[in-house]
Amino acid sequence: MSVKSYRDAINEALLQEMKKDENVVVMGEDVAGGAGTNGEQDAWGGVLGVTKGLLGHYGRERVIDTPITETAILGMASGAALTGLRPVAELMFVDFMGVCFDQILNQTAKFRYMFGGKAVTPVTIRTMYGGGLRAASQHSQCLYPMFTHVPGIKVVVPSCAYDAKGLLIQSIRDDDPVIYMEHKNLYDVTQEVPDESYTIPFGEANFTREGKDITFIGMGQTVGICNKVADKLKSEGKSATVLDLRTLSPLDEDSVLEAAEETGKVVIVDESYPRCNMATDLSALICQESFSSLKAPIKMVTPPHTPVPFSPPLEDLYLPSEEKVYNAAKEIL
Amino acid sequence: MQLSREDLLKAYKGMCEIREFDDAVHYEFAADAMPGFVHLYVGEEASAMGICMHLNEKDTIASTHRGHGHCIAKGCDITDMMKELYGKKDGICGGKGGSMHIADLSKGMLGANGIVGGGPPIVLGAALTYKTKKTGNVSVGFFGDGASNQGSISESMNMATVLQLPAIFVCEDNGYAESTAKEYAVGGSILDRGKAFGLDSHEVDGNDFFAVHDAAKHVIDNARNGKGPALLHIKTSKVYGHFEGDAISYRTKEENEKIKNEEDPLKIFKKKVTESGLLELSQLEKLESDAKEQVKIAVEESKKADFPTEKDLLTDVYIKY
Ligand SMILES: Cc1ncc(C[n+]2csc(CCOP(=O)(O)OP(=O)(O)O)c2C)c(N)n1
Ligand SMILES: [Mg+2]
Repeated sequence: MSVKSYRDAINEALLQEMKKDENVVVMGEDVAGGAGTNGEQDAWGGVLGVTKGLLGHYGRERVIDTPITETAILGMASGAALTGLRPVAELMFVDFMGVCFDQILNQTAKFRYMFGGKAVTPVTIRTMYGGGLRAASQHSQCLYPMFTHVPGIKVVVPSCAYDAKGLLIQSIRDDDPVIYMEHKNLYDVTQEVPDESYTIPFGEANFTREGKDITFIGMGQTVGICNKVADKLKSEGKSATVLDLRTLSPLDEDSVLEAAEETGKVVIVDESYPRCNMATDLSALICQESFSSLKAPIKMVTPPHTPVPFSPPLEDLYLPSEEKVYNAAKEIL
Repeated sequence: MQLSREDLLKAYKGMCEIREFDDAVHYEFAADAMPGFVHLYVGEEASAMGICMHLNEKDTIASTHRGHGHCIAKGCDITDMMKELYGKKDGICGGKGGSMHIADLSKGMLGANGIVGGGPPIVLGAALTYKTKKTGNVSVGFFGDGASNQGSISESMNMATVLQLPAIFVCEDNGYAESTAKEYAVGGSILDRGKAFGLDSHEVDGNDFFAVHDAAKHVIDNARNGKGPALLHIKTSKVYGHFEGDAISYRTKEENEKIKNEEDPLKIFKKKVTESGLLELSQLEKLESDAKEQVKIAVEESKKADFPTEKDLLTDVYIKY
């Protein structure tokens, strides 16, 4: 065990899986950097340094810098997965999915079904999402509901360094296509993380707080917000349950319902656009299956239905915050 | 082509404004006074000016993430741009867009772009409008050497030829896409790609304003006169890193020095016009100090300006709700 950042936990998972399985290759734009230059090789290690150092261990044959060509990157990764490699492709920002969605939507996610259960496509697509960096409308989106909507691809949204490592190793070993989503505000968040490799199974949400008065459900970055609000409520004499979904597809429906039924009061915190997002989806599930246990309307804390603004005060108003979650909780407590 | 004294002054004025603007952003960003991601155009000024000087307000351009130079060359207001970079309400996009999304449709500036390769397909549409309405306008799409590898660029060049659109594709090749060299990432040649799609394609020394200006005149005149699309492959270099905060470890010290000392389009311009006696050194220095002053005021005003407020949060998504 040692204290590691979310960034380092991801890096370590990649290193360990590359060591364990020579079929694991990493590819993407500037995942090493410096290709073809007279300067430093491994100059970037990814735009925020997450893949730094892989090149020194595994060389350019397994740490592949690509041109800027997302369709070809995702297509290449999937095709390689279909034929014997176990690639980890990086889509730098999830927003760039606009360029290459077909490779997931119509290709990778559907191979197995369309081919009558014959295809095995063990590809992992790592990508960065979320707001808070003043990166504006084309570099701040969440978009995970779009992937969750598509049958055939698994969607992973780690909320902390421990989960980041275990879920990435699981993603790489999983034989299905996985999109593994890293919130850019979490990279420097630290935690005790085991040095050895371990996996966290998909479809098992994690109770990070147990209480009886109210339930918060979060995913990725919003879990931290939920935890903080839960702790604040505790100091006010109210106990809260917090459920971290960890994977959106597969979704741990049993834990969602259990968490809702425990308290009968639910606040779902989701940073993605409010229409057809995880919050609406979970609300529907809870209403359908656990309606009689509800003691108050379900609260959803999400951004408004607008693109992500650039201006710092607007972005702060836009994003879910502790204050907004706390206020939502107070309305039903 | 012989330029008038007035044009020469205009060219240098524009290049100085771009230089001063981005140097100021470099400084402000380093001082932690500016939010977001900014990509600076210092070193590439001759490209924006050499091309945009042939365009009128009805002609359009689509730009890139490295867009400040294109915006200034196309006539966007410098103070409004600076306010945008600070996220202020009176910014050119109300603080909603920031550096990567500067746009002023009234000036024919169809937007910087956060998506690499996002602009050229839009240029096709503008060019289609001009062809359909027989306006005699042209649309210019800028993109980088890295962007040249996006499918959107190939698709756009092909469509432009198929429909014989008044579209000009300008590849600003500064040798790098983030930390990756063009030598590594571009298979074959950018120029040959243009030719393969049937475009009138030229390679241009992008550090020489006159070379850009000449080449641009040729292809823009042709496009206006219904002779179809073209590609300019402009070879240039940028002084700063990919974005502000980049340590530029992929370039050697010697290379950085060479870019600053030998490839500076402003220095090259200055030398040419003074040695040939076209302009006086004092005239040029006046433009330099004017630009510095103008940008200084823009920064001061921007810092003082108000941020947008909660009532601006929900606006601008649709025209009618
Ligand atoms: C679709 C897409 N992919 C990747 C990026 C990240 N990115 C931003 S700029 C850039 C490099 C662009 O290089 P080039 O086109 O040569 O332009 P330059 O930065 O050199 O001006 C990359 C990879 C992006 N913004 N959009
Ligand atoms: Mg470039």
